[in-house]
Amino acid sequence: MIWLFGILCEAAVLVCAIKGRAFRRYLLLNVYMGATVIAEIARYKILSQYGNPSTQYTYYYFYSDAILTIFLYFALTTLYAHVFSDMKAEKYVKFGALLLLAGTAAFTLAVVVQSSQRLVTHFVIELSQNLYFVGLVLTYVLWAAILKLRETRTRLVQLVLSLGVYFSLLAANYAIRNLSPTLGNYIAPLVQIFGLFLPLAWAYAFWRLPEESKLTPATLAVIPR
Amino acid sequence: MMAVIILVCSIVFLTQFFVSYCRSLIAASVKHPLSAEVQDVTGIKSSATGEDFARVVQLLQLCPDRPEDRSGIQAIGAYFGLLGFMRATVARIVPSLLAWTETERGLCTYFAAVTLERRIAFSRDMFAQQLE
Repeated sequence: MIWLFGILCEAAVLVCAIKGRAFRRYLLLNVYMGATVIAEIARYKILSQYGNPSTQYTYYYFYSDAILTIFLYFALTTLYAHVFSDMKAEKYVKFGALLLLAGTAAFTLAVVVQSSQRLVTHFVIELSQNLYFVGLVLTYVLWAAILKLRETRTRLVQLVLSLGVYFSLLAANYAIRNLSPTLGNYIAPLVQIFGLFLPLAWAYAFWRLPEESKLTPATLAVIPR
Repeated sequence: MMAVIILVCSIVFLTQFFVSYCRSLIAASVKHPLSAEVQDVTGIKSSATGEDFARVVQLLQLCPDRPEDRSGIQAIGAYFGLLGFMRATVARIVPSLLAWTETERGLCTYFAAVTLERRIAFSRDMFAQQLE
């Protein structure tokens, strides 16, 4: 049921982006959501065909998750490009993003080579986890840049903050799983519910907020005394 | 050790992102003036208080909603709960926080009232479409 609702919410992001005339402006964000819809439908088909503890489903789950995480990582870099658009820094952002992705992949490989026999599978799982944390740190840096540069576009601010919440939740989830697999199993259904946050928040931002809507970001971060 | 560091960082960042996100939702709604009808229904004239939040949310639940609208009110509901927790704990030690949490709780209520207005407008549109 949550699964179906999740797919509907992800599809709603695309509909809201088209309706809010934001599809091309935030193209990679929408490509990520479109890819998620396709991946979720395929995941459902594989699950119904092979069952939950099957090898096919496990492999598909982790491999598709890794690909989607890379998509999300690039979606985040487009948000950087939007924030730094006045500085004409798009080229540097793309280069930096590729460099960081390659660095994360190299670090993951270095760790995995020492501890695993099933190299590729372990690498894919570890890469996802590391990218969630790298994404979280990058989102935090972007949020700091938004505050520093006094970025006022409400929609952009909300897209960044919701992505920050999402990355934090997933990074925390993986950390808990590493610390205590038993506890990780208990919170797995909760993570599925929390996963709905990103599509719902993006759909809201595209649907409800016009591109020209402005706010003062400093008021969001500082607690007045 | 690494997992503990990641967990702590994630929780700290999560709190910060979540509070900022909720405040951005509120900031976007605060500019929206309430119609006389919603002011009458909710009893909110110029400024709202945290005490009215539960009542406005009850009114909200009477109206049909759209999935795109849910994240906002659910996030604000969680933020309201967080503020209530702060008010009952930390604000007792730091009195300046008490006034701040009360203002924020009032803004949460205002956000819920704005959402109520949108849902009423949505219901009216649906009704009008059915009549056509």
